[in-house]
Amino acid sequence: MKIVVGLGSCGIAAGGKKIYGTLESLLAAHPEAGASLGGTGCCGMCYAEPLVEIREEGRTTLYGSVTEESAKEIFEWHVLHGTPIYKYAVRSTDHACAEEGFFEKQRRIVLARCGVIDPESLDEALALDAYQGLRKALAMSPEEVIEEMKASGLRGRGGAGFPTGLKWSFARKSASGPKYILCNADEGDPGAFMDRSVLEGDPHAVLEGMAIGAYAIGASEGVVYARAEYPIAVKRMQKAIDDAEKAGFLGENILGSGFDFHLQIKQGAGAFVCGEETALMASVEGKRGMPTMRPPFPAESGLFGKPSNINNVETWANVGWILLHGASEFAKLGTEKSKGTKVFALAGKVRRGGLVEVPIGMTLDEIVNDIGGGSRTGKPVKAVQLGGPSGGCVPAGLFDTPVDYETIAATGAIMGSGGMIVMDSDTCMVDIARFFLNFTQEESCGKCTFCRIGTKRMLEILTRITKGEGQEGDIGTLELLSDEIRRNSLCGLGQTAPNPVLTTLRYFREEYEAHIKEKKCPAKQCRDLIIYLIDPELCRSCALCSKKCPVEAITGARKIPYVIDQQKCIKCGTCLETCPFGAIRKE
Amino acid sequence: MLKGGLSLSCAGKKQCDAAFERALADYSGDKSLLIPLLQRLQEAYGWLPPDILEALSARTGIPVPEILGVATFYAQFRLRPAGKHGIRLCFGTACHVNGSETIGDALRDELGVELGGTTEDGFYTLSTVACLGCCSLAPVMMIDGEVYGRLTPDKARQIVREFRGTHGEEAAAQ
Repeated sequence: MKIVVGLGSCGIAAGGKKIYGTLESLLAAHPEAGASLGGTGCCGMCYAEPLVEIREEGRTTLYGSVTEESAKEIFEWHVLHGTPIYKYAVRSTDHACAEEGFFEKQRRIVLARCGVIDPESLDEALALDAYQGLRKALAMSPEEVIEEMKASGLRGRGGAGFPTGLKWSFARKSASGPKYILCNADEGDPGAFMDRSVLEGDPHAVLEGMAIGAYAIGASEGVVYARAEYPIAVKRMQKAIDDAEKAGFLGENILGSGFDFHLQIKQGAGAFVCGEETALMASVEGKRGMPTMRPPFPAESGLFGKPSNINNVETWANVGWILLHGASEFAKLGTEKSKGTKVFALAGKVRRGGLVEVPIGMTLDEIVNDIGGGSRTGKPVKAVQLGGPSGGCVPAGLFDTPVDYETIAATGAIMGSGGMIVMDSDTCMVDIARFFLNFTQEESCGKCTFCRIGTKRMLEILTRITKGEGQEGDIGTLELLSDEIRRNSLCGLGQTAPNPVLTTLRYFREEYEAHIKEKKCPAKQCRDLIIYLIDPELCRSCALCSKKCPVEAITGARKIPYVIDQQKCIKCGTCLETCPFGAIRKE
Repeated sequence: MLKGGLSLSCAGKKQCDAAFERALADYSGDKSLLIPLLQRLQEAYGWLPPDILEALSARTGIPVPEILGVATFYAQFRLRPAGKHGIRLCFGTACHVNGSETIGDALRDELGVELGGTTEDGFYTLSTVACLGCCSLAPVMMIDGEVYGRLTPDKARQIVREFRGTHGEEAAAQ
């Protein structure tokens, strides 16, 4: 019997380490249990962390939302007496569980080993086919590998969707060496965490992909550029590199083929624009991460002026699988123009937030409602935001849209790296647009005037609107600025920065108009446009709200309904959450 | 080469020199290593003091303006001393949608500082971060590397109070 605890970032944040400790001491006290204890990465069920899986001969039981108490119960009944406690189980091989729906429609290639193996164990990865694709690739010629990648139809998973095999062929053709292979692990989109989970859960999949890519284009050096905010990912990646070198999958004379490939990790220092390839390369060179004009493309002149090929984490994690199982197997999944699967980070107001991997072409409805379980709040889902600050909001009315690069682009959003934030009727779309503009404005590197100043002006207008100071003509100015910023920015950050505004204007224009003309926020989110009120009929004068109010704005007395002093109220909403009688409302 | 008083996190000048030497011990002369060097120095000193940057320039031959150009470009680098403990509130999309703004209000009120500020006793710096990647637990904050999720304004206050309680003796000792 093996007990496995989810120890990805989410798992640890939810208390996975404490549960691990509890189980460790229980096992020490009961050596007769004969079970081993280990950790694993994220299986995607972030909403049910901490997760504990018990693997036995012929039976696997996954327990969710484990507490110290339930861990003890599970240990007592399941580990010691062999009786699973199904009421705590979220997935089981011999019993139907309520949460099965989360996995049913998924198809796992990139995440196949995540949450299954101990990411710090090369042996466990090897037992599940790691580096088999590399072995196969090394028996082929580099040109054959590139042809195989072209045939698979894999497109860049970082957002732009450029065909991977074609990209490799450009770098292959560049004559001058040395060449570089890079992995973009600078996952900067707020709300996206699939790359982190892959790095934390199955680092060898990324390394294998990079080694295959290096062999195909003729590179001997590689760099993984990882976000500094992901310390666990960096640590596990480093261990994976060291282990792979010792085992001969990286380093000199890989698997006796005569091919050398050395890899190192460079940590980013917090700049969203470094997700753009030329900016990323500048950052690896130790400079300010500012994008440069293309051409020349990195395939000709990239890192240190040498031919370079860069792909993101998820793209790399697909490569080994494609080589091992064959391009045609991969191309069976997906749509005509977009092959394979895509990993999405489902978050926001969704019931089952986590990582999901689905064949490309699945509809938004299936992802959000069937897999994600719909709204968590009981209020209807209003829209889903795709692609982070470069993407847009797709309204619930368009949920029959299949998710592939072209169809999503037609809605005004982008496939992006895979962030999918679900919003309900309490989410103000103007506020969301302002939120993203605030982000891109702060992260603009400042090189292009339209991105630097244009986003600033847009942010000012949006802020004004959310404060109830919107003016006639603001919407027109936003549209004009959007167009100029799109056309006059050098890199993707500026070119896509207006997308959140344009899509919300396209689908939720009436919300903008309500803010501007009626000075009302239909979602009741914008603080300057709402007030909190206590209904004297419902108030039981319990004084709870008054005690919790951080600014002492609520007064009353026994048998006299409480009242909020609107001058003092900071609209934090604490009273609304506190009131046990539902007497407080927002207007 | 090193001159002037050093940062809060250095007890004495000698120690600081040693920290500087440790950070540059294996420096090979490769100028592309500027960012990792700055990361190491910040880890040693808690921030990037001006005289340390001058020393770095003298050692590497990279002009001070260029070093400052890089140090000011990236959000990670601090050019002012920070508090002993960092409280980083996530302002990612999922956290925003789930009410991180009100968590920010509660923390500002509880600590008596603005976002980006450091408490008077120099112990806590309250800052925001673009995304911690724990979106399913939104809203979240991180205190010294540990993530706290599913926050409410009340819960956030409680966590800070408890943290201050357990770190109370060190405050009293200083």
